[in-house]
Amino acid sequence: MTISLLLLLIFILTATGYVIGRARVAKMRNQVDRSERPHSLPRYYGYMVAIYTALPALVVIILWIFFESTVLTGLVSKQLPADTQALPQGQLNLILNDIKNIAVGNMSQSTADPVRTAAADHFSRLLDNSQWARNILAILVALLGMFFGYRSIHKDQRARVFVERAIMIFLIACSSLAILTTVGIVFSVLFESLRFFDKVPFSEFAFGLHWSPQTAIRTDQVGSSGSFGAVPIFAGTLLISAIAMLVAVPFGLMSAIYLAEYASPTARAWIKPLLEILAGIPTVVYGFFAALTMAPLMRNVGEAIGLTVASESALAAGLVMGIMIIPFVSSLSDDVITAVPQAMRDGSLGLGATKSETIKNVVIPAALPGIVGGVLLAVSRAIGETMIVVMAAGLAANLTINPLEAVTTVTVQIVTLLTGDQAFDSPKTLAAFALGLLLFITTLILNIIALRTVRKYREQYE
Amino acid sequence: MSNSEPTGSATERSTAMRNTSEIVKASVKKRYARETRFRLFGLIAILASLSFLAMLIITISIKGYPAFTQTFMQLEVILDADTLGLDENPDVSQLLKANYSGAIKKSLLQTFPDVKKRKDKKALYKLISKGGQYDLQKKVIAAPELIGQTMTVWLPVGDDVNSYMKGIVDVNLPEKKRRFKDNQIGWIESLKSDNRISQRFNRTFFERGDSREPEMAGIKGALFGTMLTLVVTLVLSFPIAVAAAVYLEEFAPRNRWTDLIEVNINNLAAVPSIVFGLLGLAVFINFFHLPRSAPLVGGLVLSLMTLPTIIISSRAALKSVPPSIRDAALGLGASKLQVVIHHVLPLAMPGILTGTIIGMAQALGETAPLLMIGMVAFIVDVPTAVTDPATVLPVQIFQWADLPEKGFVEKTSAAIMVLLAFLILMNAVAVYLRRKFERKW
Amino acid sequence: MNLDQEQPQEQTIEEIVASLGDTVGEARVDNPKMTCTGVDVFYADKQAIFGVDLDIGANEVLSMIGPSGCGKSTLLRCLNRMNDTIPICKVTGQLTLDGEDIYGKQTDPVLLRARVGMVFQKPNPFPKSIYENVAYGPRLHGLSRNKADLDDIVVTSLRKAGIYNEVKDRLDQPGTGLSGGQQQRLCIARTIACSPEVILMDEPCSALDPIATAKIEELIDELRENYSIAIVTHSMQQAARVSQRTAYFHLGKLVEVGDTDTIFTNPRHELTENYITGRFG
Repeated sequence: MTISLLLLLIFILTATGYVIGRARVAKMRNQVDRSERPHSLPRYYGYMVAIYTALPALVVIILWIFFESTVLTGLVSKQLPADTQALPQGQLNLILNDIKNIAVGNMSQSTADPVRTAAADHFSRLLDNSQWARNILAILVALLGMFFGYRSIHKDQRARVFVERAIMIFLIACSSLAILTTVGIVFSVLFESLRFFDKVPFSEFAFGLHWSPQTAIRTDQVGSSGSFGAVPIFAGTLLISAIAMLVAVPFGLMSAIYLAEYASPTARAWIKPLLEILAGIPTVVYGFFAALTMAPLMRNVGEAIGLTVASESALAAGLVMGIMIIPFVSSLSDDVITAVPQAMRDGSLGLGATKSETIKNVVIPAALPGIVGGVLLAVSRAIGETMIVVMAAGLAANLTINPLEAVTTVTVQIVTLLTGDQAFDSPKTLAAFALGLLLFITTLILNIIALRTVRKYREQYE
Repeated sequence: MSNSEPTGSATERSTAMRNTSEIVKASVKKRYARETRFRLFGLIAILASLSFLAMLIITISIKGYPAFTQTFMQLEVILDADTLGLDENPDVSQLLKANYSGAIKKSLLQTFPDVKKRKDKKALYKLISKGGQYDLQKKVIAAPELIGQTMTVWLPVGDDVNSYMKGIVDVNLPEKKRRFKDNQIGWIESLKSDNRISQRFNRTFFERGDSREPEMAGIKGALFGTMLTLVVTLVLSFPIAVAAAVYLEEFAPRNRWTDLIEVNINNLAAVPSIVFGLLGLAVFINFFHLPRSAPLVGGLVLSLMTLPTIIISSRAALKSVPPSIRDAALGLGASKLQVVIHHVLPLAMPGILTGTIIGMAQALGETAPLLMIGMVAFIVDVPTAVTDPATVLPVQIFQWADLPEKGFVEKTSAAIMVLLAFLILMNAVAVYLRRKFERKW
Repeated sequence: MNLDQEQPQEQTIEEIVASLGDTVGEARVDNPKMTCTGVDVFYADKQAIFGVDLDIGANEVLSMIGPSGCGKSTLLRCLNRMNDTIPICKVTGQLTLDGEDIYGKQTDPVLLRARVGMVFQKPNPFPKSIYENVAYGPRLHGLSRNKADLDDIVVTSLRKAGIYNEVKDRLDQPGTGLSGGQQQRLCIARTIACSPEVILMDEPCSALDPIATAKIEELIDELRENYSIAIVTHSMQQAARVSQRTAYFHLGKLVEVGDTDTIFTNPRHELTENYITGRFG
């Protein structure tokens, strides 16, 4: 029985629960004596029984899905020969992966060795049993729940209050998911980062000038031969972000000013959606464009004026990233500029200022906190942007401020270190998490400052 | 001047005034020039942004457009059992394994009998795509009685011929500098004059999964992967986001916990997407051991990522429902939850849906977090379940963009066109919803 | 409004306006600073002002009164072309300043606004220091030759606006930190600093308490010596206190104009009388 069939079954049971719960009180409604009538409308009793039926069963299924793999893997690896079990974690994982692939049929049996085939057989047997156990348990729990719910119905029971409370708990749980996500992010990057700093001292990571994680190929080499000085990466990230902001801020701000202060309503109605398209283009498309069109263009232009431009120059990546951020800056600034009260403009115009004088001397200074907040958000975006730099910036960690050379960024390194097969706890992989932690903290600080500034600004004019 | 005392005589005052207007008059031309310049800067900024958009779309369309056609070559294939390596009355499993490429090669040699040298033969074989044998295989399995006869089939040509036919190959280059050689051009031209070459709509592109051969590569696998991933994302994020928005906007007491939730949501909306990928890798793959490369995990990660977007826009939609409607329903004795479910939510729904579509569009274009959870593997098969290994359209674009074959440049561009078409469609729906249901209270 | 109820519902606003008849009273003065002749104002298709003839005399305070939406603010904003900022607004007829057509091709709104200053309903100091607020106009127009000159203009303007003593110790602090009344006087000082010839005031006291209002009214009386002033007000008492002439508007039409004393003691038009005696408005 597949999972979808099981879910369908649970759904049918739930519907049944609703119907019988409702039917049970429907009769009581006809009582002449008001005090004999049930507290809530019949459908609430139906809902109540339905909740009793579905909720525990769904919890069982979800827990099962999440832990099935872990438990089964544990069981299978216990059955493996002792020498296989003694292998380092990384290799063991690869073997277990093979076993799973054989069991599911993604890998042909003929190519695998007997140990794996046997384990795979074992695994698929376990998988089978596990699915049966899951199905039976889930249905049993659903039936029990239904029975309990049905039994608990009596006229004084406040079914509506029960249902509303259940919904409220659901609502609270959903909104608390945001906190859970943040906690999840912090923990998932923090733990691996701590393990990384066990192997590579923090001072080397933060102040080292040489980055070449690729040399640490074998796990027994540990951190000793790979060098993890992240300064060139930070420098590269800052360089590309700076180029991007040099493009995005003037263009974005001027576009916003034009849209908010000069453009006719019709022009605005056309231009704004067009800029939104620019904002909605996936970054992978920008990356493709940067690598395929912009980088060669830069190189040719550079050659024409006698400059050597690397084929993966920071300039090309930064430029395209800047273009990507223009609509971001412009829409945030547009909001802020239109929030400046008209009275402020009138005051200036009434004194005989031209429009541009009013904008430069009154509107922009008044909107400045909001604009700064928006720009900070844009910086955070530039630092965290991945695809453009992965496709158009280099891998080599050069420590330079020359925009014509190739540099690498934090995000490029994370992607490079984590794609491709490697043991999960090699310092190389862990380094990616350390970089991720850094990225998260940096953008977090920028975001919080930016959101604070913008909010304060909004409150000022509301 | 202007600092004349209020009690100054009338003549004094009038000189002061004259002076003001003269001073202003003297500088006003310059100030207007500055005004014009400033305005021009604004216009230039907008035009530059828009022309970049045009440039991007035009370059990609020009590069991607040829990928929607494919060249076919007519070939007389002799299906003799020897060449195919079949005995009499073969069953299907034998038919599956038969040597179709041998048959194709043989018929190519027959078409051009004067090709003798080994090197030339190799060049000749390259005219037909490696995928041609699968097309032939399909035809033979469909009609096994044809074995032993000669069959006229249209087979897809190889990548180089494809490029040549679309005019991408620069024939003016010296022969050494191009992959497509003079003898190959000769063969193709002679076939062309026999009307044995034709250009058709490229169905392969939509009907096949990924491939190492550019002319055989298609986006079907990626499209299905995208669809599955987005379904998971939608199913998870929509109810959760609406529930969270309803709670925060309608019920949440103003306390520290609520503040914390709000700060978290606003911040998560601005966290780089790759960080969500790290979360997915550490939690879903390494801790819960969910399958790598699966749409299920992709959907989980993307829904965590799009939740803040949908929550924020749903809250805005809920906020725009005027309190008078809530008061009216409350006054009739509805519970607060009933008010929300019966009145507020339906009124806010267009806004919520718009936000959801925009969130889904964002998820559709996302690449980086999916790289982290292994959706970057080379996968030929079309996924059918949320736990199958799969890839998605943006990741497919990323992978193809990295490949050196010229044919993949146009495939990449074509895939981008498909992706952009979907995005524009989704945004158009969102804009339509917003315009249609926009209500001023 | 009572009037609406008296008229059948089908009547258009144009017809009502036509039924009001010609302006009562003397619209012209002997030494006009600004004149309006046959001024119509439209917002898109909607007409807001109907054929207004009105003069603002030199060194006089003209007050414009009438119920809300009667177009008095609209007319005021035409006098220094502030209506240019509203794209759908169209002005026809003739308006002059010292005999020059202010909507003429040669007239430059920047120059015009330097000569015809405006004070707004809500105090709107810029988010800058008090000093910078006042120095803004002179700086824009290049009215000062050097820093000392500018200081002089700022101090004089603040003094003329009667606020100097209150703020002289904190000229470098933001203008937004002042009280409402002080802010409005700061805005008046800001206007004076450009040495305009006419000052337009659009309900300058509507956001202020009575004490602050009294101070502004006193100030208006003093300013009359040097400037021509047109003030839109909702308060008839204020009009009576500060102005020499009063114009009463109704639905975009100038109904009656004349000496303030005459208007308030002996109104000639029925509507004016109704308004002044408080039957509507």
